[in-house]
Amino acid sequence: MRLINQQLSAPLATALKFAPFALLIFAYLLGSAARLAENPNDKLLPAMSSIAAAVDLMAFTPDRRTGDYLLWTDTWSSLKRLSAGLGISTVLALIIGIGVGILPFLRALLVPFVNFVSMVPPLALLPVLFISMGLGEASKIALIVIGVAPIMIRDLAQTVLALPREQIVKAETLSASSWLIALRIVLPQVMPRLLSSLRLQLGPAFLFLIAAEAISADSGLGYRIFLVRRYLSMDVIFPYVAWITFLAASADFAIDRLRRRLFPWSELEGSR
Amino acid sequence: MTIIRRLTLTTIAALSAFSFAPASWAQEKTDFKVAWSIYVGWMPWGYAADTGIVDKWAEEYGISIEVTQFNDYVESINQYTAGGYDAVTLTNMDGLSIPSAGGVDTTAVIVGDFSDGNDAVFIKGAGGLADIVGRDVNLVEFSVSHYLLARALDSVGLSERDVKVINTADPDMVGAFQTADVTAMVTWNPMVSEIVALPDAVKVFDSSQISGEIIDLMVANTDVLADNPKFGQALAGIWYETAALMTSDTEEGAAARAAMGAASGTDQAGFEAQMAATKLFADPAEAVAFTSSSELGATMDLVRAFLFDKGLLTPGATSQDAIGIELPDGTILGDTDNVKFRFDNTYMQMAVDGAL
Repeated sequence: MRLINQQLSAPLATALKFAPFALLIFAYLLGSAARLAENPNDKLLPAMSSIAAAVDLMAFTPDRRTGDYLLWTDTWSSLKRLSAGLGISTVLALIIGIGVGILPFLRALLVPFVNFVSMVPPLALLPVLFISMGLGEASKIALIVIGVAPIMIRDLAQTVLALPREQIVKAETLSASSWLIALRIVLPQVMPRLLSSLRLQLGPAFLFLIAAEAISADSGLGYRIFLVRRYLSMDVIFPYVAWITFLAASADFAIDRLRRRLFPWSELEGSR
Repeated sequence: MTIIRRLTLTTIAALSAFSFAPASWAQEKTDFKVAWSIYVGWMPWGYAADTGIVDKWAEEYGISIEVTQFNDYVESINQYTAGGYDAVTLTNMDGLSIPSAGGVDTTAVIVGDFSDGNDAVFIKGAGGLADIVGRDVNLVEFSVSHYLLARALDSVGLSERDVKVINTADPDMVGAFQTADVTAMVTWNPMVSEIVALPDAVKVFDSSQISGEIIDLMVANTDVLADNPKFGQALAGIWYETAALMTSDTEEGAAARAAMGAASGTDQAGFEAQMAATKLFADPAEAVAFTSSSELGATMDLVRAFLFDKGLLTPGATSQDAIGIELPDGTILGDTDNVKFRFDNTYMQMAVDGAL
């Protein structure tokens, strides 16, 4: 039998799924034990018990100074910035993407510009953003929008252009206006792609969020990581990284579920 | 069960041989690594490496010293704490809160200088320090700036509750000060000299008012130093030769200052202005006197109280005594069973005696 035709039994498949995670944890535990044996106060690879204590301190104990539960205030601040940035980007992508896709005038006007802007490295713009928009929320949200929106716009415009021309012609023969065609032919067909595009941009959006929070903030997930880095508190950093990963994975899953729920037909095309 | 246990222990032993294992647990050795970062009081290390002073002294003691410049100060300390370097430049406060709190027994080999105006508190618009009440203060949290703010507030009967601290990265300080929502800031040189020149900046407090409390050191791993006193001697030799050169009023001295200025992103005049705000110990006798004075103990007491208050003295520390600090005369502040930070006059004294 060829390897490509191998049939995995259900228990084996499950075991394989968990194996890399188990291996990672095992390797960590070994490394941590080795370092702690040398130096019981080592901070680089803290023991699970210190990580648990740090989680307890960050998530379930009110802060001595402010009385807040730090993990939750950090999460809330970061999610506000992230959803504002992604929300603005999604709306921009929808409007400009469809506009560029169906109107030759807008296409001529905006396509070269958007293509150009999408190549600007957003992190290099960060100092400019901070000086022009201040250190507050606006500059952080702007960084996410600048980093994410141009790519989403390009993606959506491509999707519009890839729609079968026959559909548009057919609608025209039925005397639909440009507006009606945009609303009834194009919009419903690009919506699933918009959600998929949003999913793909979650990772970059988190990257820009953390970069912005590292420079100036008083709360946020990225802020906390860069703050405690100052005294090598890996016992706080590891849980925060795991939590960010969990948040991003949950959002990814939720958006995909939403797409299937709202547009069950998009599944038929196999665009998993 | 015993088999699994033995297997696990063997694997652990095998794994600990990998790169994660700290390099600095070795006994006697001949190759040493020193990390430094850009700051007026540490520029001599880079200059000494570039001009061969480091190699000269290393050869004299039959060792080799690799000097690495870090663009990120905290990263250099973290690398040292993780065991990748044998010595690093840092302040007395960061030495206590990062390597010592991380269980790495650390000794101050050279007390190079203290900040005498290099760190400052600014507010916008006219007024005094008391006007800081209710403002957002931009600074690098948990750095010496944070300590300076705490000391400044204390001096006028205020506390950190009266302001709101916003963590801001140090390279962005000058730009940030020029935006409308920033009204108060604490930072260090070279940013201080840039901000002083801005139209609405008022300097309301600086480190010359807490003279001798922010100390810049060259520290080394205590175990490495104990097994290799030559390393300490070479460091002292390098430092005093370079410091004498850079403070001398000669053509070579001016050239050294110009080179250090260029390396730190300014010029000779800018560098000399920063030196004026720094009490540099070019004379080892002065450094020994400073380190032996009772004021050092009082300073470290303030510093550890600050760190404990911020929760930076080992997690779960129940008092500021959690880490022991040994002073040159052998007195120990805090836990005598957990001494992790030491001031040692030995090598500076050798420079005084001409025994290097």
